[in-house]
Amino acid sequence: MTEAARAAPPSDSLSARGRLLVVEGLDGSGKSTQARLLVKWLQSRGYRVFFSEWNSSELVSGAIRRGKKKGLLTPTTFALLHATDFADRLERQILPPLRAGYFVVCDRYCYTAYVRDTARGCDADWVRNMYSFAPTPDKVLYFRVPVQVSLDRKLASREPISYYEAGMDLHLSDDLVESYQRFQSALRRGYEKLVTTDHLVPIDAAKPVEQVLTQVRSEVKPLLAGFPKMETLVHG
Amino acid sequence: MVRTYGTRIPNLPKRELSGHLIVVEGADGSGRTTEVELLREWLEIQGHPVVDTGLRRSTLVSKQIDRAKLGHTLGATTMALFYAGDFADQLENKILPALSAGSTVLADRYIYTLMARAIVRGATREYAQQLYAFAFEPDLIVFLDARTDILLHRAIAKYGSLDYWESGMDLSLSRDRFESFFAYQALLKKEFDWMAKTYGFQRVDANRTPLQVHRDVKALVAALFGKRVRVEIPGETPPRVTPEPEVSGLGSVASGNS
Repeated sequence: MTEAARAAPPSDSLSARGRLLVVEGLDGSGKSTQARLLVKWLQSRGYRVFFSEWNSSELVSGAIRRGKKKGLLTPTTFALLHATDFADRLERQILPPLRAGYFVVCDRYCYTAYVRDTARGCDADWVRNMYSFAPTPDKVLYFRVPVQVSLDRKLASREPISYYEAGMDLHLSDDLVESYQRFQSALRRGYEKLVTTDHLVPIDAAKPVEQVLTQVRSEVKPLLAGFPKMETLVHG
Repeated sequence: MVRTYGTRIPNLPKRELSGHLIVVEGADGSGRTTEVELLREWLEIQGHPVVDTGLRRSTLVSKQIDRAKLGHTLGATTMALFYAGDFADQLENKILPALSAGSTVLADRYIYTLMARAIVRGATREYAQQLYAFAFEPDLIVFLDARTDILLHRAIAKYGSLDYWESGMDLSLSRDRFESFFAYQALLKKEFDWMAKTYGFQRVDANRTPLQVHRDVKALVAALFGKRVRVEIPGETPPRVTPEPEVSGLGSVASGNS
């Protein structure tokens, strides 16, 4: 992050105390399941962990829900409202535990917005600037799956595919499933680019859960070097 | 037009827009709203269809912003982005269709107020400029420039008190609202002076009466439309719109209900 593009308090000192780990990937990539398992594992080993999910600010998500229901959102307002929601979540939920020295696990971060908003046609630099207040995570795990796996998992779940998830607002296809495939393919291409530009660490998430778990833990272990456990914080 | 400040909005029409975008900027108490009313009247008499717009009027988020302000619940970055979303909604759903239809859009404040507010709350100028780079470049930006002591007296004459947000109380500049008002307005002024240069504001001395201000503004608008404007003789019958009670500076007696 450049000195010039900053709207929030300085981030440099933050990761020196806490740790920020982000999981990213397509819907149905298994990232949320893995994030929860990771949180349990870290807690059981005595670390102070905080888990944060996207889209959890009540006030802003109210506006987003309303906009989606009424079909009022354009790519630009969609991008701005989600950035607002993210900023609220960052200021309220992520920064305080991070500064207090927690191991913070985030289910989705600004990278979701980078790929989603640019897939909707927003200018990539504009989107990046919007999120320049967000501290750079210590590591970003990218749960890489083929689009077909994402779709199969989505269809197998009870949760229906939503209008915006399928990118129906882009009029790629009148068919929900086909639109979903095309939109998610665009998102996947976006993530693949971020592997190079933003050092996202790919995790082969098409593998069985136990194998994915092993990959995740081995990527997380280096972050725990020198990171204090709860007892040492209280007594030492 | 339509030219933006650097970033293209997706789905923007490629054709030229025939309407004009006129922005009136200025602090609370600069006579901005009065001037917008007078200008609207004058433009309509000349046969220009006018659509007016302001801040925090979008159907998308204005209610949520009001709620957030009441509870003081959102942080500075969040508020800045929320306002940007509100603005984008109006730009795409109100300003753009009006300009396409050939109307003159009269904006009672625009991105500049939003940028100034974000900057004095900690955003960098570069961040604010990039954030609003999707906004259309106006054909004319009128900046009603009034001294802070005059703004103070107009605020007291109108409301009988100083507003929490217009005094920048959320910035913790001072616990004293009167002191905070001066400090906050000074910070905003610095940003407006910078933007005046950067964005080519047409500065109008707003320390004067509404009709004197209106005469200068009309000349600027007439130049935009390539018309000659009749110079009014002072004391001439004022336009039909009733101007706000005039406060002529420090010596005036403030009347209010608190």
